[in-house]
Amino acid sequence: MAIKVLHHGLATTVQDLGRPGYFHLGIPLGGAMDRYAMRAANLLVGNEEGAAGLETVFLGPKLEFTEDTLVAVTGAHMPAKVDGVEQPGWTAFPVRAGQTLTFDFLKSGARIYIAVAGGIDVPLALGSRSTYPIGALGGYNGRPLQPGDELPVGVGNGSSEGRSVGEQLRRLPAAPVALRVLPGLYWDRLADEAKQSFFADEWKVAPEADRMGYRFRGGRKLSFIEREQPFGAGSDPSNIVDSCYPYGSIQVPGGTEPIILHRDAVSGGGYFMLGTVISADMDLIGQMQPHTPTRFVEVTMDEALAARTQENARLEALRTSLR
Amino acid sequence: MPTRYTFGGDEHLFVECSDEMSLEAFFKSLSMANGVKESGIKGITEICPANASFQIKFNPDVIKPDDVLREVRAIEGAAERAEPVIRTRIVEIPVFYNDPWTHETLMRFRERHQEPSGTDLDYATRINGYGDVEDFVAAHSGSPWFVSMVGFVAGLPFMYQMVERQRQIQVPKYLRPRTDTPRLTVGHGGCFGCIYSVRGAGGYQMFGITPMPIFDPTQTTSYLRDFMVFFRPGDVVKFKPIDRDAYDQAVEDVDKGRFSPPVREVSFDLREFQKDITGYNIRLEGMINGH
Repeated sequence: MAIKVLHHGLATTVQDLGRPGYFHLGIPLGGAMDRYAMRAANLLVGNEEGAAGLETVFLGPKLEFTEDTLVAVTGAHMPAKVDGVEQPGWTAFPVRAGQTLTFDFLKSGARIYIAVAGGIDVPLALGSRSTYPIGALGGYNGRPLQPGDELPVGVGNGSSEGRSVGEQLRRLPAAPVALRVLPGLYWDRLADEAKQSFFADEWKVAPEADRMGYRFRGGRKLSFIEREQPFGAGSDPSNIVDSCYPYGSIQVPGGTEPIILHRDAVSGGGYFMLGTVISADMDLIGQMQPHTPTRFVEVTMDEALAARTQENARLEALRTSLR
Repeated sequence: MPTRYTFGGDEHLFVECSDEMSLEAFFKSLSMANGVKESGIKGITEICPANASFQIKFNPDVIKPDDVLREVRAIEGAAERAEPVIRTRIVEIPVFYNDPWTHETLMRFRERHQEPSGTDLDYATRINGYGDVEDFVAAHSGSPWFVSMVGFVAGLPFMYQMVERQRQIQVPKYLRPRTDTPRLTVGHGGCFGCIYSVRGAGGYQMFGITPMPIFDPTQTTSYLRDFMVFFRPGDVVKFKPIDRDAYDQAVEDVDKGRFSPPVREVSFDLREFQKDITGYNIRLEGMINGH
């Protein structure tokens, strides 16, 4: 069983739930930006949640299947079509040998997740099939898909078509998007007016938004508390002695444009960070298009943990509903 | 400055041993990071040492953030009482300084540089007060460096030279980052040296290139078969200047699987080092040659 890539869309990569354990060597977690949608797609076709599927951003690929199989598409609203016939989202549907899967235009969200019964069976690299293009690691030959690629597919468990995720269990960001942030890290480098304006202003996703990080524009420039820069930190007030960067951390080079690091994050560098997007909201970022209006909402650790508990409950409900 | 603890969201604890760079801060952060690793605290999934800080990733479904904080704080006390000694490796890295590939690249991006009329080496030589490029290279390759952090991208070592602060080489990064840097470029930004593990964007000044791959996702390079990343935080690096012929020979040796970097296990004692930095470094260097 294989999938022939007739067209790759804008950027399509093999992803699973990532490769933890190597960030101390600069190799990021990677994996689906919207992990919940990836898990849902896999469960729909009878796969383990961590099986490898395809992540596609903004524009769908064109794929041909060599054998009968079961497919599900989750995440953004971008209708799938089998030989031109539209298929429901968040629902397992059959594809016959020789049929072609294409996509309509993106209606909302940013990334779709395509799961196939049996999963994409590229070799494991450091325990994961996720693609890390900078390191030419994992996925299909360490790179995004190109026309002519043939993706090996594993053996499915014989799940049947028609299973669907209920509307209330599908998660997409509302507009404007509210991203919850726990202030910390180098937060106290900011002047008081910057601490206020960061949360008060409306920001917009910049065109420079990818798996490595999402950049934002439109808010007021952040000012810093004056100090003599420490040895080794560099001369700009937004510089620090190069440190690690948490996933979800928000750095603001020069105080102008916040960047949220995501699944393919660089593991460290010399820019101060003012805080971190909470784990419960990381999936939402993967579904944000450029120009999306965004508010950052200050939360406490207790609120971050409560939000995480809520997301864990949503995942449990998803598992139960598809069991 | 006391060690500062702060959370990076609900999954990370960030520990800053000092806001300025020093060998002492590096040593403390590495010792603490090692201590956390050895402690085997349940729920900690990643430990990332950096130059003067380190970061822990944990699963808050397994351990509460406040409990991670309490357990790591307890390790700080133990790390401070422990002997400042680490077991590590010293490795000799050949460098072709002023090579044609980084030269071509730095000329291509000259308008992004502080001093468009010269090379990155000329600039670093002048602002660090050396008479000529030869003297500068002698300083760069004359004393060893600690790998103080591995990261940014896969397998890239940040290095801090093992000399007194007044002898540290310092250069600003490019005014605007380049969109290209040759793979295996030996660079420098702020007070940190680095080796670019992969080709790509970069802002560090470029001094030379090594023929020795340090990241190989295909794991076909002879000395990277066991693991694709060469460097580990705490490694000691000594640069060895080589000429074009030696560079070409080394590239061929790497291709044919004959190249093996000189590596020795060593024990590093911060107190002994601080008593006599020059003498200690000479002894370290001697160990590469088997003395």
